[in-house]
Amino acid sequence: MDARVIRLEPHPAQRGDAWWAAPLLTAIALVAFVAYAVWAALQNGNYYAAPYLSPFYSPCVAARCTHVSVPLVGAWWTLSPALLVLWVPGGFRASCYYYRKAYYRSLFRSPVACAVPDAARDYRGETRFPLVLQNVHRYFFYLTLPVLAFLWWDALRAFRFADGWGLGLGTLVLCANAALLTLYCLSCNSCRHACGGHLDSFHGAPIRSRAWKIVSRLNEKHREFGWVSLASVVLADFYVRLLSVGLLNDPRLF
Amino acid sequence: MSEANITAHESDVLVVGAGGAGLRAAIEAAATGARTTLLCKSLLGKAHTVMAESGIAAALGNVHGEDAWQAHFRDTMLGGGSMNDWRMARLLAQEAPGRVLELEAWGAVFDRTPEGLIRQQDAGGHRYARLAHAGDRTGVEIMRTLQQRAVQLGIEVHMECSVQQLLTRGGRISGALALRRATGQFAHFRSNAVVLATGGGGRAWKVSSNSQEHTGDGVNLALQAGAALTDMEFVQFHPTCMTGPGSAQGTLVSEAVRGAGGVLRNAEGRRFMFDYIPERLRGETAPTETEADDWYATRQDRRRPPELLPADVVTRAIDAEVRAGRGFKNGGVHLDIATRRSSDEIRRLLPSTCRRFALLAGLDITREPIEVAPACHYSIGGVRVEAETAATSVPGLYAAGEVAAGVHGASRLGGNSLADLLVFGRRAGMHAALHALGTEPPAKVSAGESKDVARIVRLVEAPLGRSKGENPYLLQRELQECMQAHVGVFRTRSGLEQARDKIARLRRRAAKISAAGPRLYNPAWHLALDLESMLAFAQATTLAALAREESRGCHAREDFPAPSAEFGATSIVLRSSLEGLRMTREAVNAMPEEFRKLMVPDELKQFFEEQSTWVRTKSTSGSGAATPAAGNSKVTG
Amino acid sequence: MLDAVREVQATQAGDLAVRWNCKAGKCGSCSAEVNGIPRLMCMTRLDGLPTGEPVTVGPMRSFPLIRDLVTDVSFNYEKAAGIPSFQPVPAGADGKRRMYQEDVERIQEFHRCIECFLCQNTCHVVRDHADLRPHYSGPRSFVRIAALEMHPLDAGDRLPLLKDGAGIGLCNVTKCCTEVCPEQIRITDNAIIPLKERVADRYYDPIAAFLRCFKRTP
Repeated sequence: MDARVIRLEPHPAQRGDAWWAAPLLTAIALVAFVAYAVWAALQNGNYYAAPYLSPFYSPCVAARCTHVSVPLVGAWWTLSPALLVLWVPGGFRASCYYYRKAYYRSLFRSPVACAVPDAARDYRGETRFPLVLQNVHRYFFYLTLPVLAFLWWDALRAFRFADGWGLGLGTLVLCANAALLTLYCLSCNSCRHACGGHLDSFHGAPIRSRAWKIVSRLNEKHREFGWVSLASVVLADFYVRLLSVGLLNDPRLF
Repeated sequence: MSEANITAHESDVLVVGAGGAGLRAAIEAAATGARTTLLCKSLLGKAHTVMAESGIAAALGNVHGEDAWQAHFRDTMLGGGSMNDWRMARLLAQEAPGRVLELEAWGAVFDRTPEGLIRQQDAGGHRYARLAHAGDRTGVEIMRTLQQRAVQLGIEVHMECSVQQLLTRGGRISGALALRRATGQFAHFRSNAVVLATGGGGRAWKVSSNSQEHTGDGVNLALQAGAALTDMEFVQFHPTCMTGPGSAQGTLVSEAVRGAGGVLRNAEGRRFMFDYIPERLRGETAPTETEADDWYATRQDRRRPPELLPADVVTRAIDAEVRAGRGFKNGGVHLDIATRRSSDEIRRLLPSTCRRFALLAGLDITREPIEVAPACHYSIGGVRVEAETAATSVPGLYAAGEVAAGVHGASRLGGNSLADLLVFGRRAGMHAALHALGTEPPAKVSAGESKDVARIVRLVEAPLGRSKGENPYLLQRELQECMQAHVGVFRTRSGLEQARDKIARLRRRAAKISAAGPRLYNPAWHLALDLESMLAFAQATTLAALAREESRGCHAREDFPAPSAEFGATSIVLRSSLEGLRMTREAVNAMPEEFRKLMVPDELKQFFEEQSTWVRTKSTSGSGAATPAAGNSKVTG
Repeated sequence: MLDAVREVQATQAGDLAVRWNCKAGKCGSCSAEVNGIPRLMCMTRLDGLPTGEPVTVGPMRSFPLIRDLVTDVSFNYEKAAGIPSFQPVPAGADGKRRMYQEDVERIQEFHRCIECFLCQNTCHVVRDHADLRPHYSGPRSFVRIAALEMHPLDAGDRLPLLKDGAGIGLCNVTKCCTEVCPEQIRITDNAIIPLKERVADRYYDPIAAFLRCFKRTP
């Protein structure tokens, strides 16, 4: 072996690899998504193209909705109906253990990558307001379940055209979106805990044991489900929007 | 350095070494009520015990209800060629189950049977499935459990603190002088009882599966303190270890690879193990490849493939093939699982082996054969101790674990070393505590002791002060090459004599080692000091191997290929004297009749037959490849 | 990598301070930072590193330097000593303790830990916020606590310790511990997050607290 050793001052090495690439991409993706979501939520229009309802506006609970799912809020609500519901999936994603990692790294840079110095000065983790509220992630999970049910309802409704049952490209888009969101939702760490993670022994609890094992396997892909479902929500909304403004015609498959 | 810089510590029991035996001893000493101090050469929890994979032998009877201590005792004696101290073998078999259950009560998590009890797996030489295990990392499980227990009991631990010499007063132990690696300062530990639990001396060999801590320190310390060594010639070699690259050489390749279907082939592509089937195992070993391969499929009603013969047989076969020139470039043979099982099967059955090869050698074992060779694995001999108390011949000095001799006889069964650590670690700790509590606490340091300490400090510091001299790393390499070449699997008089003379020369050169550099964590200095122990260990092994003119267990003499009745009843005992090591032959304790009855009548006889036939087997095998036999007959002729 | 360091030791710098024991990734002694990335030297192959440029090996940055590649890791031992040990429930009527494979498998993952302290070294809370160290035990401790809390036969309760003394709330689940673990323990997903959920059960879940009131006074 031909090796020359040079003793450097203590702690010379900074990571020399492209550690910044992953957080940069994450940051771009997250900012782009939030920007699109805010824009889409504030549109207050073009979110329904029969029989498709944009997932950003589902369930549509205001009386003034183009396509009312359940009229919970009266006609006095004149703002975008998306605002009434969107905080639920939004909060779910914001407090999700995976997304926490993603934005703590890429946006807070705390730390931006492993073994790279933390940008935070007065770091207190998740012990203080507001980040201590991350602990209520489970409630967002519970609240997301009915929203998910509506998305499946919307996906079913997407088979119902003016001329009867059928299947359009939009139907597939909404079904795929609902499926991906379901996977993302069920692979959640809080779901895993609720299913059986809270137990010390699965012996004698066969149902919870099975549920925990299934969710645990899904949980290994939580990050992937998180990103794919994020993309699918945007795509579904964008597709409905294009149909709604007439830039696109929905191809009927049968 | 003035003495003022030596820190002083006092305790009832001082335990040297924090592997399984040391931790267990410290726990027991503390539980007995003694103020206990534990010293370890590395960080706590890094001891060689963590490398134990297979399991701990204990006749719990969870898998086979008919298993009992008598069966474990019988297997142990049979495996050790009845060279074992039968009282130790009995205690091992009787107490191992209790030690395992105790670990469980301290939080160890072993694999389970469907009934929720501790699962036990098979291992070579054990009649029943007997090895309690936690996956393939049983050693880590035991270490963590004991470590946490010791911490819980508040035992005082000094890490990276290596003992340089034991101190005696009037022939009794009075403490130890140790070097703190991190600071280079000395510490004087005063105590009336010392437990040695320093492990073996496998680092004196070039190809070794041992952790770098295994430098034979305890053997050296005990010798200097006046204790006796025995069975030093029995050094066990593991048949299949990696041959490279670099320091991956010696890393164990578990028997599980052969159990899963891996076969051994030489450079001619021959499955050579068929040429090495001992006579007494012919009845249960498949003679042809077809029949051997059948066994893997059904595992019952078939004769076992020869790759699964006892470890000593496989070790000697591989070594003989390589020496006959039928090995590969790194001095090993091929262990081939790739052509025998599908990639998926290999990955499922041997996950950790796959991963280790990928990381250490960049080798995909699902595609390529593994080159393997025997490596020094376990020091069976060591400090001679009383079976019940683990006491050495020096009052106040106790020894347990790999550093102690006796329980394994001439060859060790897998799983018995972990049981040994716990059973005799506990006994050593308990009796050391009782001894210490029964004696007056250490009096004030006498003038003689201070002088002693000052002398040791000067000796230890000497290499640090020499700006020019021998390089300790190169000396160690020379020692390792020498032991590998001459005190390896097969030994001969001429080789052993060469080794003896070489070691004597190395000892003289070691007196001129330079480890110039700072006191703070200076590895050259540490190695210079460890080298003393390695040389003492190597010397003792070589002399004992030279004296034992027979082949028995893991000691194979090419010039004396058969066991002899005379040596079968004799232990080689070594003590330190002014002229160097003094050797005596002492009779092995005979087993009383009631224990003899536990052995099936013909078993012992069969064992000796196997021993006497290993050379003949090769020469009569119809392989046409007569070289190994010829090679041997040259020497024996 | 470890071989390279040892070769340098033997031929050029005998006093080059480095810890190593088993050279097979089992003892966790040779933790260092190779090109700035925390890893075990013995399990780092030089041919896996960029060729043609110098390789930098440094000590673990989070712990006080003793010399060269050797650091004072006593922080980790102090934190370990603060964790209440296993408290077994009484054995069954037949004197035997029963656990089942499906239950032990979950905690055996945590028992794989070789205590290389790479996770402790890499965790930014330990690494970059010295002021928090008295209040934070680090990933290794969480793995240990998870092994005890999820042990089917353990009667201890370490949730108050987790919330306050061990500071699990200071962890922001950025998973660097998991990334550097040489034993591939999924520290964040399988130990820390489940513990955070258990802490949330006890301290941050009003409905669970409400239900507990009824449990206590039936």
